[in-house]
Amino acid sequence: MSVQDKVIEIIADQLGVPAADVTPEKSFDELGADSLAVVELVMAFEDEFDVEVEESQASELKTVKSAIDFLNGLTS
Amino acid sequence: MKKVVVTGLGMVSPLGIGVAKNWQELTAGRSGIRPISLFEPDDGLVTKIAGEVPDFDPTAWLSKPEARRYDRFLHLTLAAGLEALEDSGLVIDEGNASRVATILGVGLGGMPFLEETIGKRIETRKLRRVSPFFIPAIIANMAPGLLSIYTGARGESWTATSACASANHAIGSALRALRSGACDAVLTGGSEAVVCHTAIAGFNAMKALSTRNDDPATASRPFDADRDGFVLGEGAGVLVLETEEHALARGARIYAEVAGFGATADAHHITSPRPDGDGAVQAMAQALRDGGIANEQVGYINAHGTSTAANDRMESAAIRKLFGGHSNDLAVSSTKSMTGHLLGAAAAIEAIYSVLALHHGVLPPTINQFTSDPECDLDYIPHHARQSQVEVALSNSLGFGGTNAAVAFRRNS
Repeated sequence: MSVQDKVIEIIADQLGVPAADVTPEKSFDELGADSLAVVELVMAFEDEFDVEVEESQASELKTVKSAIDFLNGLTS
Repeated sequence: MKKVVVTGLGMVSPLGIGVAKNWQELTAGRSGIRPISLFEPDDGLVTKIAGEVPDFDPTAWLSKPEARRYDRFLHLTLAAGLEALEDSGLVIDEGNASRVATILGVGLGGMPFLEETIGKRIETRKLRRVSPFFIPAIIANMAPGLLSIYTGARGESWTATSACASANHAIGSALRALRSGACDAVLTGGSEAVVCHTAIAGFNAMKALSTRNDDPATASRPFDADRDGFVLGEGAGVLVLETEEHALARGARIYAEVAGFGATADAHHITSPRPDGDGAVQAMAQALRDGGIANEQVGYINAHGTSTAANDRMESAAIRKLFGGHSNDLAVSSTKSMTGHLLGAAAAIEAIYSVLALHHGVLPPTINQFTSDPECDLDYIPHHARQSQVEVALSNSLGFGGTNAAVAFRRNS
């Protein structure tokens, strides 16, 4: 599974939205995530991809695309 | 003084989901105690039985992410609370929201969530990945907090915590708030769900739990000579209380009156009740005085009746002491014989059973009465429910810390 597909799957599962709604340009806010849900989402990325996301990096993750790009960068 | 009445009921317990199912099982004298299924009990636990809410799927009330973020006691709270509100017919809108309060009893809070967090994140040194929903999931007042969020009730919202008496303190406080004019309606009761390693291990260490693992259905045997401790149960019960004038103005169905509340402290020991039972006697006496009730009007007592020798003997003696000769004419049962002990939620479901006893004219039994204890010599309604229309029902709760609370319900006239 590509990083993109995996990110979308995690977001859909964590936020309880259909995967089809998780398109790259969408912000987490638009997908219904409050600030606590975004923290939880980043933790799910850390667990799933076995990476550490710094606080400063995490605060830049606001859209599906930003998460895909960031995790692509870490795992490539 | 304003009269306060019960207009809505909702519950989940080891006897099932919903008030109707509970009443059916309760009056049939069926036990809700089974081998633990919520987790795989460690060999170190000597108790492997409990009263779990059967077939409970939180996603019937919540989305999957919500269910994951909230502890089980919160799931149960919502199931009971939403049923109670629907049952009452009360519609909470912009006009009345600030006059509807949420006051619930919780004894321990989100212990399973705490246990999982310790196991998954603290022991593995992944403290940075403790869920941001951890604190909101475990704090006891999230029960009324979530209920306010999901119903829109914007009156006072808080949790009473007094161990096994929590829900009676919540109901008593709701009664006082309604009498004072601070609100017109209250969603009250209690919730508890701590069927997890930590709670079982803790109560086991106190030698408080039954270890009758080979015969779960007869493990909770209050007042019976062969009792060997209480059985942990989980669940939630919510009652909609309103001032009578508010209920009548909207044409609500009234189940019963909440007539009086009494509460005392033993000032004796952290876990053992006063041997003379005076704390329990005075709590019951206060509840009757508060409701203007003569001893002879009390026809049924839903006892605390935990199935521990210390409680059952003391409570039986306390009833004898307060009621004297009338104690031979009143009926007493411990519905914990069927549900197990729901700790902070115990008084909530027992309040509902007491209200239904008045409403239906049927008294629930104490099951598992096999060998009589000479020090427990009241009429415990053994084995089978009894048709009997009583005027007043008293519901007792006694908690660790030496806290005692009783609520008196009167048949609606």
